[in-house]
Amino acid sequence: MTDSKYFTTTKKGEIFELKAELNSDKKEKKKEAVKKVIASMTVGKDVSALFPDVVNCMQTDNLELKKLVYLYLMNYAKSQPDMAIMAVNTFVKDCEDPNPLIRALAVRTMGCIRVDKITEYLCEPLRKCLKDEDPYVRKTAAVCVAKLHDINAQLVEDQGFLDTLKDLISDSNPMVVANAVAALSEIAESHPNSNLLDLNPQTINKLLTALNECTEWGQIFILDCLANYSPKDDREAQSICERVTPRLSHANSAVVLSAVKVLMKFMEMLSKDLDYYGTLLKKLAPPLVTLLSAEPELQYVALRNINLIVQKRPEILKHEMKVFFVKYNDPIYVKLEKLDIMIRLASQANIAQVLAELKEYATEVDVDFVRKAVRAIGRCAIKVEQSAERCVSTLLDLIQTKVNYVVQEAIIVIKDIFRKYPNKYESVIATLCENLDSLDEPEARAAMIWIVGEYAERIDNADELLESFLEGFHDESTQVQLQLLTAIVKLFLKKPTETQELVQQVLSLATQDSDNPDLRDRGYIYWRLLSTDPVAAKEVVLAEKPLISEETDLIEPTLLDELICHIGTLASVYHKPPSAFVEGSRGVQHKRLPPRSGSNESTESPDVAPSATAQPSEQQPAVIPSQGDLLGDLLNLDLGPPVNVPPIPSSTVQMGAMDLLGGGLDSLMGDETEGLGGDLSGSPAIGAGYGTPAVMPTSLNAPIGGGLSELFDLGGMGMPSGSFVAPKTIWLPAAKAKGLEISGTFSRRMGHIYMDISLMNKAMQVMTDFAIQFNRNSFGMAPAAPLQVNAPLAPNQTIEASLPLNTVGPVMKMDPLTNLQVAVKNNIDVFYFSCLYPINMLFVEDGKMDRQIFLATWKDIPNENEVQFQIKDCHLNADAVTNKLQSNNIFTVAKRNVEGQDMLYQSLKLTNGIWILAELRIQPGNPNYTDLELSLKCRAPEVSQHVFQAYEVILKN
Amino acid sequence: MIGGLFIYNHKGEVLISRVYRDDIGNRRNAVDAFRVNVIHARQQVRSPVTNIARTSFFHVKRSNIWLAAVTKQNVNAAMVFEFLYKMCDVMTSYFGKISEENIKNNFVLIYELLDEILDFGYPQNSETGALKTFITQQGIKSQTKEEQSQITSQVTGQIGWRREGIKYRRNELFLDVLESVNLLMSPQGQVLSAHVSGRVVMKSYLSGMPECKFGMNDKIVIEKQGKGTTDESAKSGKQSIAIDDCTFHQCVRLSKFESERSISFIPPDGEYELMRYRTTKDIILPFRVIPLVREVGRTKLEVKVVIKSNFKPSLLAQKIEVRIPTPLNTSGVQVICMKGKAKYKASENAIVWKIKRMAGMKESQISAEIELLPTNDKKKWARPPISMNFEVPFAPSGLKVRYLKVFEPKLNYSDHDVIKWVRYIGRSGIYETRC
Repeated sequence: MTDSKYFTTTKKGEIFELKAELNSDKKEKKKEAVKKVIASMTVGKDVSALFPDVVNCMQTDNLELKKLVYLYLMNYAKSQPDMAIMAVNTFVKDCEDPNPLIRALAVRTMGCIRVDKITEYLCEPLRKCLKDEDPYVRKTAAVCVAKLHDINAQLVEDQGFLDTLKDLISDSNPMVVANAVAALSEIAESHPNSNLLDLNPQTINKLLTALNECTEWGQIFILDCLANYSPKDDREAQSICERVTPRLSHANSAVVLSAVKVLMKFMEMLSKDLDYYGTLLKKLAPPLVTLLSAEPELQYVALRNINLIVQKRPEILKHEMKVFFVKYNDPIYVKLEKLDIMIRLASQANIAQVLAELKEYATEVDVDFVRKAVRAIGRCAIKVEQSAERCVSTLLDLIQTKVNYVVQEAIIVIKDIFRKYPNKYESVIATLCENLDSLDEPEARAAMIWIVGEYAERIDNADELLESFLEGFHDESTQVQLQLLTAIVKLFLKKPTETQELVQQVLSLATQDSDNPDLRDRGYIYWRLLSTDPVAAKEVVLAEKPLISEETDLIEPTLLDELICHIGTLASVYHKPPSAFVEGSRGVQHKRLPPRSGSNESTESPDVAPSATAQPSEQQPAVIPSQGDLLGDLLNLDLGPPVNVPPIPSSTVQMGAMDLLGGGLDSLMGDETEGLGGDLSGSPAIGAGYGTPAVMPTSLNAPIGGGLSELFDLGGMGMPSGSFVAPKTIWLPAAKAKGLEISGTFSRRMGHIYMDISLMNKAMQVMTDFAIQFNRNSFGMAPAAPLQVNAPLAPNQTIEASLPLNTVGPVMKMDPLTNLQVAVKNNIDVFYFSCLYPINMLFVEDGKMDRQIFLATWKDIPNENEVQFQIKDCHLNADAVTNKLQSNNIFTVAKRNVEGQDMLYQSLKLTNGIWILAELRIQPGNPNYTDLELSLKCRAPEVSQHVFQAYEVILKN
Repeated sequence: MIGGLFIYNHKGEVLISRVYRDDIGNRRNAVDAFRVNVIHARQQVRSPVTNIARTSFFHVKRSNIWLAAVTKQNVNAAMVFEFLYKMCDVMTSYFGKISEENIKNNFVLIYELLDEILDFGYPQNSETGALKTFITQQGIKSQTKEEQSQITSQVTGQIGWRREGIKYRRNELFLDVLESVNLLMSPQGQVLSAHVSGRVVMKSYLSGMPECKFGMNDKIVIEKQGKGTTDESAKSGKQSIAIDDCTFHQCVRLSKFESERSISFIPPDGEYELMRYRTTKDIILPFRVIPLVREVGRTKLEVKVVIKSNFKPSLLAQKIEVRIPTPLNTSGVQVICMKGKAKYKASENAIVWKIKRMAGMKESQISAEIELLPTNDKKKWARPPISMNFEVPFAPSGLKVRYLKVFEPKLNYSDHDVIKWVRYIGRSGIYETRC
């Protein structure tokens, strides 16, 4: 009975001997020989030479021998495609065998042999097996379709297997359903746009029924598939949730996690006022906690997922802190993950317990774990103000242990504590300074240097300390060099008399002796600032720092939402989207959470609230970047606050200078439009993405190379946003423009576009010499004449001006499309702002299309370009609509009445010659149905959204 | 889905390798990558999931055997691990302990199993009860047509865990309530965390397809029932327990539990785990450990530990073991204990104190003097917690089995004819007191 002997044959001439045995007449001997072959194959010997002999053994009624031969075939068929064809006959015959186990075995194995010649023969048997009377054969055939699709997708489509597979979703056997779902999901993944898995309420119902009956694995396939469904409303979402919740008590953790995924996703659609919403939240906690009593590997997967869940919905586990306490013999990977979650759950209510635990952990053996524990103590101090004092004293105790890595870690977190609570704990600086020599890690050194620079006035020998670092300047890592540079400049600005020599030394080291462009650029900025305007330098370098956020290492909200859709999978373990680690087309589609129900809901949601309610011009509190991003942090510290430094000395600027505006405005607007875009579109995901740690480092790192443009970026913070309304809006508030307030709007009169602006002087001095210039924009809009402001503008006086515009200026596509960036100059300075013009300014008078051409063009434009909108609550009949639109250069080409609905076919043309075709559906005489349906077709579909907005505004005013 | 499955011995030699998907590329590369990066990597394994060159490896270790699943896709990670554990269970139930020898001895069987329970990387039915009906290593030629279709309908059916036509002369079932009680206590005797994780393990030897219903003193059920008769609810309410969460074997109808909180099922034949549960409230802590550690100078420690048993005096705890950690630089230890035997085990850096039996409401004590070698190691001794092992004949959570009813409508036996055995065992899980 022992098979291990097969592993031991190592003598020479083995292959030859095996060949003889394989061809033996005795069945037993044959079987022994095949076993030896398989054993050799397993340990990696090449036994492909025996292919014909092994295939000869295939025709047998001994199932065990057959399985062994099949196993061999799966391994070697690919390397011997011509020989593999010998096996086809037996396969085809086996697919007809009266024994269902053999039929299934044959079709299963055939699918694993990736040889084109064989797959050709596979189609017929597979078709039969998909309709086999035995469920075991059907469930095997279902998976086989996925195998075949992997080898030859076209063949599967041509042969119509996909439809047969879809039919299996209605099969009476739950396992067949589950395997069909698995196969379809996999095939659908490589066809992102097909609606292969045509999930509708009926199929969902079938899946939910099968869910109660199939194996644990089948339940996972079905739940994972359900998670991709978007219920049409909250009622449907709730009813699915109700039927999925029983799965939370399954013994299989994967079933539980997949159920959690479905619930987390569909919960998004439920209103928070619903009783059921609260019930569901309560039901989620216990199973998540139970996952922690599983085997360590599963605990790890569960913890990585809980980390996401806690970020998305902190309320679920907020009372469960204790279960995340680390056990002495947890594997290290479990310990580290638990610690992460403990920090996230720390609150005023449980901080005492958490701190006591963290203190224990800081004495453990594993270096990474201890470091993380120390860091966690600092995080607690920042998160829970009441505990700050205790945390700091704990950290000081830890520093006293003199354990090198503990000290370094403690100093790094204390730096953040200083920033969070200025002027509170600086008394500990003396203790920190004692440990200067023991710091050998860049991050700790940089943190210590920052502290010395920041509190230079309180440290008597700050200059000596920094000087000592300067000796080995070129051996330091970049982050230490940058920090040292900044710290010495700070020191100089605080104690200019004693440190002039030092600052010159560091500036020359940074600018002349360094190869690092970042360092050089920063050196030059400081140098020029200091030499031209020391007061401004002081304002910049010693500016008040923005608050640091309490939460750290948060996953960026869009990514978090995507990862929530991947709960239980590798993506949730890596905390990376699948596209980051999966090759090819699979899994590259980004999954999204369903939109929240109710518009006010999105602003109430705690994680979205800050960005949705914040003014676009407000800078979010900066977040402490995760480890290793100190560079971003530094920039933040030094240059973070919006400093009102005039970007360009105004006296030397000529208003007509286009290139200057081009460069300046581009970099100025770059970040800003991104922020605006997010806020305007109202998408919480984009809006919230602004200013989170994942975004910060890149958006801050990028401009470093650009030197001065960095300053512009920050100086430009707080652009007003133009909004789509006809009355004048304030484009440039007085506070941003040294007292000049500009408000305005756009109009189209007699075929000309005008920009009507009001200039108001809110400053104390007279303003003169006004001029205006536009940046390149999407439709080439430019002033047709100079801005006519003849009289000087006295304080508190307002001047109206109407600026004629043309559309022959330089073109550059903007985002949003109708964004216009404007520069206005007066005798004081140059000011920049941006506004949005309504697109109907661009509708030209000859936009009426011939009926025939209209029809032909409508057909000619591909259907993908058609966009549909709804205009809600519009109480107008067809004639009123036609008239109203006509006065805005939207022309009705034809009118039809279909089933009691008026259909208007309309055309309009933009200044740049783009035609937009529209179909407007109106239901006359029905007061309950006042929504208009608008379909737009255009060769440049990006304008459709704006045209729709124009429609809406025109029809509603 | 799973692209391949490899089994290695402790040296990193491949014992079993089965590739399901082409996308994992060259078999040898994948096999070697895991060996080099995980098995041969000197340091402790930092994660059970490793990504090497865009290929993900999941591994579990059983004694010194490594099981690794390989994939290139965004698979359901929880499922892969559940599958690996299941794979271990299946192998254990076929040939006992998972060891290099057993795997080599059964490699043909393992390949056959792998072919059956994983198809194109998708786990299929992996219930040993069902598998054993047709994967036997003895061939299946003797089957009749009916038998074959019975096998396939069972493997794919709703009740994949039980076959039809089981017959016993004596219908008998054994219920074990196995609990492990976990505790973390501060040196001052404050409970930092305590929970019981329990399992109800059932051995069923029942004929036919019996319908079972299991009842326990679940607070929610009792309160629901007790609503009519206030008198009884007051009485039973005291004994009921609050279950934080429970999970069930796949035979239990979860939707019924969700709606009525009743536990009904058709059991698998033989031994299986019916449910797992967790409680955190009103736990009976069978033992209390009171430590006292005193450092006398730099080269001596004095340790005194008192243990108190806290349950009915008529019950006996067994296999009691107290483990008191000692510093690494211990040179000698003297111990005195009132009861049982105590020994210093240098290799484990601990004093191990064993007591065979101890009745409830008793107290015992050990004191030890630990001599230390002077060291210049600055790092402080971490003082690991004192841990305890024991076994008690009751359920520390307070769980009681109220009934287990058996109905088999087709066969001629009733609930009364079934012989039922119930046993409670409470064991220590991680039962630690910091010192």
